[in-house]
Amino acid sequence: MENAELESILASHGHRPSELLATLQDIQGNENWLPRESLAHVAAGLNVPLSRVYGMATFFSSFSLKPRGKHVCTICMGTACHVRGAQRLVEHVEREHGIGPGETTADLRLTLETVNCVGACAMGPLAIIDGEYHGQLSTQTLGRLLKKLKG
Amino acid sequence: METRFHSVADLEAYRRQLQAVRGPDRKIVSVCAGTGCRACGARGLAEVFREEIAKSNLEVELRVTGCQGFCERSPVVVVQPQSIFYQRVKAIDVPEILTETVEKGTAIQRLLYTDSDGRTYEREQDVPFYRHQTRSLLAFNGQIDPDSIDDYIAVGGYAALGKVLQERKPEEIVDLILRSGLRGRGGGGFPAGVKWQSCRKAHAADGIRYILCNGDEGDPGAFMDCALMEGNPHLVLEGMILGAFAIGFPGQPKGYIYVRNEYPLAVERLTRAIEQARRCGLLGKGILGTELDFDILINKGGGAFVCGESTALMASIEGFVGEPRAKHIHTAEQGLFDKPTNLNNVETWANVPLIISRGLEWFTSIGTGDVSKDPWGGSKGTKIFALVGKVNNTGLVEVPMGSTLRHIIWDVGGGPPPGKKFKAVQTGGPSGGCLPESLLDLPVDFDRLTEAGSMMGSGGMIVMDESTCMVDLARYFLHFLADESCGKCVSCREGLAQLCAIVDRICKGEGREGDLELLKDLSTTVQTASLCGLGQTAANPLLSTMRYFEEEYISHIHEHRCSAKVCKTLIRYVIDDSCDGCMACNAQCGTKAIQGGKKARHTIDDSLCTRCGVCMDVCKRNAIHVES
Ligand SMILES: Cc1cc2nc3c(=O)[nH]c(=O)nc-3n(C[C@H](O)[C@H](O)[C@H](O)COP(=O)(O)O)c2cc1C
Ligand code: FES
Repeated sequence: MENAELESILASHGHRPSELLATLQDIQGNENWLPRESLAHVAAGLNVPLSRVYGMATFFSSFSLKPRGKHVCTICMGTACHVRGAQRLVEHVEREHGIGPGETTADLRLTLETVNCVGACAMGPLAIIDGEYHGQLSTQTLGRLLKKLKG
Repeated sequence: METRFHSVADLEAYRRQLQAVRGPDRKIVSVCAGTGCRACGARGLAEVFREEIAKSNLEVELRVTGCQGFCERSPVVVVQPQSIFYQRVKAIDVPEILTETVEKGTAIQRLLYTDSDGRTYEREQDVPFYRHQTRSLLAFNGQIDPDSIDDYIAVGGYAALGKVLQERKPEEIVDLILRSGLRGRGGGGFPAGVKWQSCRKAHAADGIRYILCNGDEGDPGAFMDCALMEGNPHLVLEGMILGAFAIGFPGQPKGYIYVRNEYPLAVERLTRAIEQARRCGLLGKGILGTELDFDILINKGGGAFVCGESTALMASIEGFVGEPRAKHIHTAEQGLFDKPTNLNNVETWANVPLIISRGLEWFTSIGTGDVSKDPWGGSKGTKIFALVGKVNNTGLVEVPMGSTLRHIIWDVGGGPPPGKKFKAVQTGGPSGGCLPESLLDLPVDFDRLTEAGSMMGSGGMIVMDESTCMVDLARYFLHFLADESCGKCVSCREGLAQLCAIVDRICKGEGREGDLELLKDLSTTVQTASLCGLGQTAANPLLSTMRYFEEEYISHIHEHRCSAKVCKTLIRYVIDDSCDGCMACNAQCGTKAIQGGKKARHTIDDSLCTRCGVCMDVCKRNAIHVES
């Protein structure tokens, strides 16, 4: 990320340390992950220790400190989805694409993530692929959806 | 059309104007587009309606609403003025709905709801799922486009605020909430009025008091707050503005809503609602021309369960990681940024405008117990539950406090799906517990559930049948909590790790004599030595399953058997005689564990089998079974 862009994000939050969480969310929103250099820049920009920024980035599960793939498949592991077999969806992706939760394929094409409930529990098991919600999934449908992804 | 209201009279005049053009005979097609219906393509459906209506010359309003609750049958569409209820609607049905139902007023049989006895229902209010509910909070979701403040005002929105600003004193409102017996819907069931009173009384040197809304909804498997924030954001805002007046006026009350990161649609809708309210003079300086100044900011969480805990939530808003602190000093006195702070759950806030507009008697007539002398004396009002899992009608259910589990799961929920047998219901999420069939007549209120070893929690209700293993479920929650523990207390951090290790062992068939005693012992330590509610309640799912389903633990430990056929090390896949050797499973098996050529009956080499279940999914003859 360009320094100018980082600066504008910091400025939009008034360089306030109390808005550290929102600042990091915006950076990840732009960059898709949190590069080390950006964290250092934020620490300097807000005049807080890098450890505090790093602590924040590792505490919350929505942040990624590794580059994420071009496509992101997020499988819900909430209780409702769990009792309807969400684990099998995760195992399917592990088997077919060789990646576990939090991992990305070597060609940076696909990232697998898990989440604890997205608020569509009646539709479980459920996955979000590149922002689109897909409910009542079987391993076969998930397989088809992932095969259809372009590029 | 938004106008700025300079007085309560302005607002009321505007409401009358809106209501005059919105007669009861107006034709409306309302399409549910909550997160659940979106997962079934509702957004596309709404677009098709928009295009088709534009092409036709029909006088009909399209209303895209938040969650209407009957998620099982999504996407759902309701046609007004007749209230004809359509379910599982597809894009190709749209032209027919417009010509047959909107234009001619006739119902299309195949889109109506049919129950398991084959009875068909035409009107929304007759469908058993709705008929057995008492919908006061959720009633508006179908009548409101969440992006339209006009829709909210037309159904009586902000009238409670107007009335209060014109006629009442802040102390009277605190007193009203106290006497209503409204208890917090976020899990603890603490009387809202008591909290409001202490925050109002707390010393605020610079007049600043924080009014917070907890929209973190951390219980995985629950989406009541989501549906309120997405479907009727102004109701939550109105509750908070009323709270700001009651708790912080005169002074400088300031508001925050903390919304969970996983609810992007809720954030979007709340953001828009706040902007509208500001433009209309319902938020900001001099609300409705009075002396009340109050504004609300939104804070997005980062995906941590513990941030739903009050002190962790405040730390998170302050820009620190969400670690709870000891509450030697109450947050009502020193909370967010060390100012007096009042935190309530989304559903708690949503109740406030209704209590004010419909009155104390209405509210206290619903629910259990007697709160006239003591706000702890009962559970009043309705409660929304997210009914999910192995049940026919999954969705959002609003019933009076004190309804029985049987009423909720059978009358409203339609019972377990055909061929399945009810086994247990989990309430209260990771802090709650599992209740067996013998407790189905338990009235659901704050106190009865706690006595039974579970919890109201925020309202998640997950129905389980015989294919759910109770040991595996306890294991699921323990791992969830171990992952989500912030790590501050040794008892919670290490205790949960050890509980996980023991239960993992039991699920692998490596349980030992004495494990159950060890689990109980360790649970007590985690409960008593942990600082916040996470650790204090973390053992509930484990203890309640041990209490009501002990035989399952025993068969895992002593017989290495999992009767639900879930725990992988304890099950085997076998192929029976009906196999015709079609090779489908053989071709899919990732570990080459299936032997047998074309037309020859296949067999599974247990030592190679990873129990992934793919073979069972692809077998057309149902020849593959699980044994334990
Ligand atoms: C670990 C933990 C998680 C919690 N999560 C939530 C939550 O997601 N939503 C919520 O409203 N309350 C949650 N609470 C309860 C809050 O601490 C607090 O009691 C509540 O928001 C107060 O509002 P109420 O009195 O209106 O219920 C949680 C508590 C604990 C200990
Ligand atoms: S449990 Fe999966 S969406 Fe709620």
